[in-house]
Amino acid sequence: MTAKVITITSGKGGVGKTTAVANLAVALALEGSKVVCIDGDIGLRNLDVILGLENRIVYDIVDVIEGRCRLKQAMIRDKKLPELYLIPAAQTRDKNAISASEMIRLVKDLRSECDFVLIDSPAGIERGFRNAIAGADRVLVVTNPEISAVRDADRVIGILESEEKGPAALILNRLNPALVKSKDMLSPEDVLDLLAIELIGIVPEDENVIIASNRGAPVAYEPKSRAGQAFRNIAKRLRGETVPFLDLDAQSGLWNRLQRLTGRK
Amino acid sequence: MNLFDRLFGNKASANSAKERLQLVLVHDRTDLTPAEFDSLRDDLIAVISRHVEVDEQAIQIGVEHDGRSQRLVADIPLKSTRRKKTRKTR
Repeated sequence: MTAKVITITSGKGGVGKTTAVANLAVALALEGSKVVCIDGDIGLRNLDVILGLENRIVYDIVDVIEGRCRLKQAMIRDKKLPELYLIPAAQTRDKNAISASEMIRLVKDLRSECDFVLIDSPAGIERGFRNAIAGADRVLVVTNPEISAVRDADRVIGILESEEKGPAALILNRLNPALVKSKDMLSPEDVLDLLAIELIGIVPEDENVIIASNRGAPVAYEPKSRAGQAFRNIAKRLRGETVPFLDLDAQSGLWNRLQRLTGRK
Repeated sequence: MNLFDRLFGNKASANSAKERLQLVLVHDRTDLTPAEFDSLRDDLIAVISRHVEVDEQAIQIGVEHDGRSQRLVADIPLKSTRRKKTRKTR
């Protein structure tokens, strides 16, 4: 196996990076890929709770790098998916505990172990972010259709360009189709026009994401959730499949269904 | 966007967001503040004016983009020379 190493980053915090990593990891594993995800946010560990694995942590990424355990000992196997693993961040250390070259070496050791390595980058454009992109083959930038998130995404895309990290692809998260329709939210076309990069997925705003994170079981498991469907589609695209983008106007309400049935929509 | 805004001609908020972002991103990407950009413009006009007479009122200097690459585009109309003028009036 030679894994593809994908880093998920955003510039701005709180746009849904960790949620995206957890859901893509679950969706890729559901498709049959072997996935290792790394929490790169040293000191602010979160991927473990989103995946529901917080009680299983013994060793973390800093333990591996400082030689206190073997790589396999820090790989926590998921509860449901035997082909999904997490390497958690250290919670009581800071981002200076790891260097870019140590991250590159860790990723190199993982390449022969799985199909995908997903790295959850910390917010910002400082050292933690630099470490997270150091070993990546591909970078996905998560943003929201919101002015500060788009601006920060543009900064990150500019840095990735100057670091020659290859063309980044965009995940537009938390899109509210009703607000786009009433022209009170930037549309996917607006955001792509501004950022001028490839789009890999649009994830609609969905309250199931919050419910899922409360339970520690990512929304990608929910067959009926629209956000879950969007993440499953992105996972397929990462595996090389061509999947059409979701029809964001499709509403599940009775009135909308009636209108569609009678051909009014 | 509510009915009130529509009746009173307020711009849709998504449009303001896009227009504001377009301006901000030009300055972020070039690392030029609006003030620095104005000074670049003044210097450019001064240099060109040393060699030819330009129509300062009609000058347009801005940043255009094609994908993620940007270019400085200057449209600087030159004033017609005296010789031309005299020929026309003859």
